Amino acid sequence: MTSSSNNPILIIASRLLTPFIQLFALYVIVHGHYGPGGGFQGGAMLAASIIFLRLSLGTEISQRIFKKTWGIPLGILGAIVFFSTGLLTLVFGGTFLEFNELALPGLSKAELHFYGILVVEIGVSIAVMSILISIFDDLSGESDCD
Amino acid sequence: MKKAPLIILILFGVTLLYFTSWLPNLGELQSLQHRERSPIGSQVAAAYYIKFAGQDAASPNVVTVILADYRSFDTLGEIIVILTAGIVCCLILRKNL
Repeated sequence: MTSSSNNPILIIASRLLTPFIQLFALYVIVHGHYGPGGGFQGGAMLAASIIFLRLSLGTEISQRIFKKTWGIPLGILGAIVFFSTGLLTLVFGGTFLEFNELALPGLSKAELHFYGILVVEIGVSIAVMSILISIFDDLSGESDCD
Repeated sequence: MKKAPLIILILFGVTLLYFTSWLPNLGELQSLQHRERSPIGSQVAAAYYIKFAGQDAASPNVVTVILADYRSFDTLGEIIVILTAGIVCCLILRKNL
């Protein structure tokens, strides 16, 4: 249970910086096709922004942006997003995670692979973000033995 | 006694630098891992990835295409490992689930 910092510089700086960190994390996730980046890196940056808020504003106030109980369910949701794309390709008659079998109209096979990779990266980023925050909450939660 | 770690460190650094000079240059086509054919004559996977990743998935980043498309089973396993780590942390450390 981290408590709120008394330093106004730290509080204001964290509140100013966090949206930009999250915006850059989204950029890293979506831009993973064209440059360095992807789900793991973007998810780690999203987690870092929220852990930054946990450390500076304290656990109670930062519950408003990401609740403690969301960690594990969101991680499972990310894994399900990944897994269900593979199952969808099975339903459409391909092998597991063979994205070009998805029968979406108006897309070539390469573009189907493109969007398949995008969905997979989004699932990875959701899982990584929420699991990292959940592990941080677990490790910092019981230290003061309330 | 204090000098032994320093000597070992310097020896280690010199060894690393010496063997770094053996590494092939970046993008050198004749080096072993960039060839299209292995010494036995079979096709090397890396050459295929570099050639066709852009066409197969319409994205210029080869690393992303390998991680999330050609080797997506591996990424799925990584996600499950992370999920397991989170769940185990939750089960061990959290008092009121």
